[in-house]
Amino acid sequence: MTNSKYFIKQLSIFSENKSGKLAAIAKIFHESQVNIHAFSIAEANSFGVVRAIVDKPDVAFAAFSKENYALQYTDVLGVKMADVPGGLFEVASTLGNIGINIEYAYAFRTGEFGTLIVKVSNSEEAVDKILAAGLELVPATDYNF
Amino acid sequence: MAYYNEKIETLPKLELEKLQYQELKVLVDRLYANSAFYHDRMKAAGVLPSDIKSISDITKLPFMRKTDLRDNYPDKLVCCSKEDLVRYHVSSGTTGKPTVVAYTKNDLDTWSEAVARSLVSCGLGRGDVLQVAYGYGLFTGGLGLHYGGEKLGATVIPASTGNSERQIELIQDLQTTAIACTPSYFVHLIDVAKKIGVDIAKDTKLRTAILGAEPWSESMRRYIHEQSGVTAHNIFGTSEISGPMFTDCQELNGMHISGDIAYTEIIDPETGESLPAGEKGELTMTILTKEAIPMIRYRIGDITSIFPGDCPCGRTSPRIDRLQGRVDDMLVIRGINVFPSAVEHALLRVPELTSHFMLEVFRNGPLDDMLVKVELKPDAMTDSINGLIGLQSRVERTLRDTLNVSAKVELCPPNSLPRFEGKAKRVIDTRVF
Repeated sequence: MTNSKYFIKQLSIFSENKSGKLAAIAKIFHESQVNIHAFSIAEANSFGVVRAIVDKPDVAFAAFSKENYALQYTDVLGVKMADVPGGLFEVASTLGNIGINIEYAYAFRTGEFGTLIVKVSNSEEAVDKILAAGLELVPATDYNF
Repeated sequence: MAYYNEKIETLPKLELEKLQYQELKVLVDRLYANSAFYHDRMKAAGVLPSDIKSISDITKLPFMRKTDLRDNYPDKLVCCSKEDLVRYHVSSGTTGKPTVVAYTKNDLDTWSEAVARSLVSCGLGRGDVLQVAYGYGLFTGGLGLHYGGEKLGATVIPASTGNSERQIELIQDLQTTAIACTPSYFVHLIDVAKKIGVDIAKDTKLRTAILGAEPWSESMRRYIHEQSGVTAHNIFGTSEISGPMFTDCQELNGMHISGDIAYTEIIDPETGESLPAGEKGELTMTILTKEAIPMIRYRIGDITSIFPGDCPCGRTSPRIDRLQGRVDDMLVIRGINVFPSAVEHALLRVPELTSHFMLEVFRNGPLDDMLVKVELKPDAMTDSINGLIGLQSRVERTLRDTLNVSAKVELCPPNSLPRFEGKAKRVIDTRVF
């Protein structure tokens, strides 16, 4: 149960793969006064999925729903990385050694350290393993308010 | 060989009408006595078999429509003993429910006879090698041309569709003289032949093409001749009347509808009134000797006209013009009939989608492509890209299974497709034939 404090609420937003669509999405964040901490776009065939870590996910969810977007919350984990050469290698090799398969990942930096956002198949179990391996996880409250 | 069945194909008009009347009389008597469907229909229309005193009295009989086949799916219209059925063909219907057509041995013989006569009228005979590049299977194109060709005594190659380089190889190695396929596929074959260094006019014996199952034009006929030296003939037929049956003769001026097999009317689609030769209207046919599922005054839905006057080839049967369009919204995609209502019906089976869609049809080179834009329901969203791609493929599979033709599917966000007040315009067709 205590592991859930590391579950960061990510928004996954369905988008058409067309010019101007990212601006339309950014505008909704802007107008609802939601700040984006981290962000990525995955594209497939004719569509894309915009994934974002924001300060007020529930406000954003409501704003996007009102504009008829299809979106979903997804739990992801934030693994701290030293912001030096080899920082990603240390995290990635540790995750590999303890048998955690990363479905997708993206990274960003806040303050002194970097954060690797990872989507894993079983977050509950992954938190135990990651902490046991000596890596540090960012609590969700650092991002979602 | 100028005719396959000279006596009947050149029968003087009055004698032909007498023969048509005799055939219709036998048919109507049989149906009134033996078929609940036709009996009730005639009663409702207030007509008895005794009211049919000449072929022109056919207009007293009620029309049949595609919905009659759908509503009586799969075999409630069959008017013979089930043991007498020797084949079924199935085509896609208007609402996703397929249309079944059944045949007795005599029905297949009549169909083959019609095709054999047509092939002879295109200049084919024994010694010709006919490559059938229509689809074999539930679609009537492949087997229809196949059995007609064999009845004539031509050598038939059941190539079926696809594998274009292989088709060219067969044309060269087996010295194919005639090919039957859709017009767009033949244009595609000409392109493929060029690409692999084969000049159809110089390097092959191919001289005749029997093209149908989709709309095409005189300019395409000229283009085909210029590009390949091949004379292209138009063939007409739908599964409800048996399959492809009737072609234009060597005069290339209208498709002869053998009068002893089919009685042709052109009607005003609004009023149902018969229209005189030369006037455009809805093509309506009665297959005079059909046993398994007789079709009486079947409204085919294609718009065309009957040519006035006689054909110099000597055949006395009426000729119809190229099909000029449809009275309904049916589309022909790569030779397969597609109803937008059937697309809608198929999409309803996918719970992740809203009921809104758009259907775009365009030409990709000479071939048709169909793109179906569908809307994701908000609560069907998933973070998994594989999940979304999986949904897309599942919709593509559902459409292919229902329509018998493949379509690309594009997932769109909720509420992004047009909404219509009044009649929906969900089809955007940019093809030029």
